[in-house]
Amino acid sequence: MKHTFLKQIVVAGLAVMTAVSIAGCGGSKDGDSNGKSAKIGFITAYTGPGAAYGQAMKEGVDLAVDEINKDPNTKVKIDLKTYDTKLDKTEAINATKKAIEQDKVLAIEGPMTTGEIMAAGPIAQQDKVVCFTTGGTGPDVTNIGDYIFRNAIPGKLAIPQTVKKAQQKLGFKKVALLYSNNNDQMVGESKIYQQVFADNGIEVVDTETFADKDTDFSAQLTKIQAANPDVIAVAGLYQEGALIAKKAREMGMNQPIIGNNGFNSPEYIKQAGAAADGTMVATPWNPERQSEKAQNFRKAFVAKYGHEPDQFAAQAYDAMYIIHEAVEKSGTTTNRKKFRDALAQITNFEGATGVFSFDDHRDPSMDLDVLVIKDGKWTPLQ
Amino acid sequence: MFFQQLINGLNLGSAYAVIAIGYTLVFGVLNIINMAHGEIFMFGAFIGLMLVTAAGANIFVALIGAMLGGAVLGFLLEYLALRPLRRRKVTHLAPLISTIGVSIFLESLALKIWGPQTQSFPPQFEGALMDAGLFKVSMIQIVGFCTAIVLMVLLTLLLDKTKIGKAVKATSENIETAGLLGINTSRIITFTVMLASSLGAAAGVLVGLSFNAIEPTMGMTMSFKGLAVLIMGGLGNIRGAMMGGFILGIAEVFSVAYGASSYRDAVAFGIIILILFFRPEGLFSKAGKGGRP
Repeated sequence: MKHTFLKQIVVAGLAVMTAVSIAGCGGSKDGDSNGKSAKIGFITAYTGPGAAYGQAMKEGVDLAVDEINKDPNTKVKIDLKTYDTKLDKTEAINATKKAIEQDKVLAIEGPMTTGEIMAAGPIAQQDKVVCFTTGGTGPDVTNIGDYIFRNAIPGKLAIPQTVKKAQQKLGFKKVALLYSNNNDQMVGESKIYQQVFADNGIEVVDTETFADKDTDFSAQLTKIQAANPDVIAVAGLYQEGALIAKKAREMGMNQPIIGNNGFNSPEYIKQAGAAADGTMVATPWNPERQSEKAQNFRKAFVAKYGHEPDQFAAQAYDAMYIIHEAVEKSGTTTNRKKFRDALAQITNFEGATGVFSFDDHRDPSMDLDVLVIKDGKWTPLQ
Repeated sequence: MFFQQLINGLNLGSAYAVIAIGYTLVFGVLNIINMAHGEIFMFGAFIGLMLVTAAGANIFVALIGAMLGGAVLGFLLEYLALRPLRRRKVTHLAPLISTIGVSIFLESLALKIWGPQTQSFPPQFEGALMDAGLFKVSMIQIVGFCTAIVLMVLLTLLLDKTKIGKAVKATSENIETAGLLGINTSRIITFTVMLASSLGAAAGVLVGLSFNAIEPTMGMTMSFKGLAVLIMGGLGNIRGAMMGGFILGIAEVFSVAYGASSYRDAVAFGIIILILFFRPEGLFSKAGKGGRP
């Protein structure tokens, strides 16, 4: 019994390996016959603590590369090299070095997070190789240098759109702000919040702080409850965000919560449970968006992986298409400087996440959708 | 709002108190600071969580299970990391370093087993908020607070009334004299570390319940607070640790309530510095007793 089962596994394994190698050969033959392919490095963390995001990004990128290489209109194919960082800065640095020096890629999509690109970005900048991150939302990411690009949405873009759209729909006047004061990014984003509130005539009735890793928010929330705001705005990571939402709901505070980038994680809903309802964030990916690109992406993604794509998959997918467009426009598969210049010229690119342009600081400039959590699901804000 | 914040402070303080008692017990008997206590606290929280989520136990069973688990960890800590050093009569700092080693080991182990994501007890343990007019309090806060008080009362009774408790106190006062009087001090030391660890594990469950965030690095922050309380209450003084825990918890909450939340830790630790300025031996120690009860 056992033996036959083992044999079956071995046979199945061999069959899969053969299939993969045949498919692999077929792919490379095609590449040869069309003559040209560009080597693109993709650095992400599809194992380890960040696997939830990294896996989604990998799925998005793999789908994009598949589509590009199958499309008969494609002039230059993508030869993808994928590296796993396990969400470790050192691994991100190693992967970047390997991609640049050993595999001699034209450009890199990634690394995944702010911390990783802050560590690995300067190396790519020094070697004059483009790093295009889809997850690094920190304020200083593109300050590393002119070879660092992103379609990750920084707070300066997300917060004003979230607040404005939420105010249009809900018409609130008083807000309480709660932010993490030992996290540079969140302190920066709290200032953006303050500015946006002032610009829109929203009164800030209370400002409270906490620290990353805090677990007790009862004192701050008791104070906020007494100040009785119409909404609560939070600049923090999803761990603390989920605890704040839970505690607030437990205390009987039912105000909507405005979140920032830190809330853009499937973990937020998982950890906050029913308390997550009524939380709003801005996101580039709205599964309900009625555009051909968005719906085609969604269909192809579901067909390939059997589950819905999230924001991270959509952004990584779009980034690969943007890179591909820049490759074709630059007319080169090896000149890294020419590629950079072509990438910087990308404007009004229509992808799954909408119409995309780089601003003059290589940050995204695009319209975002505001989503609100209803019954444990992200839905467009009505 | 004053009473609501007082409730918040008592709730936080009871957690600090239970964790500080663990430090205090070990310090009193062994004269070392057990840096692994925070990680045993974290393991307690996870054991409690596992019992509730995987085994479907009720919260008191989970608490007892976590305490037993904590006691086992305490035994291993004493047997593997402290006893070999005590035998060789090495420098005073060596056990401190070896407990730091244990703490790093336990944290990495927890990361490996449970992953880095924050977990929490299922929602049925959160319970509804009861409105008592002046303040609102949840069932879980009451349970947490009462359990902490019961544990402290039991511990006091154990130390004051039972033979083994008196032996612990004697060993803490002077280990050599206690040995001469026929107390098996080695066994008492093991017992004390196990007792302290099981209290730490219980604190883990209580904190996990009331603040809903259980993750592998939760021991770190708590152990700093526990250390602060240990020093404020008077090194090795059980009653000092209890009162110190409540003072720190209430001080933190009130500095948010009537000051600014950014200065929370600054105010709380400022108070500790002030107390030590006027009573360097700690709040509840009598000078001349070397900080012991």
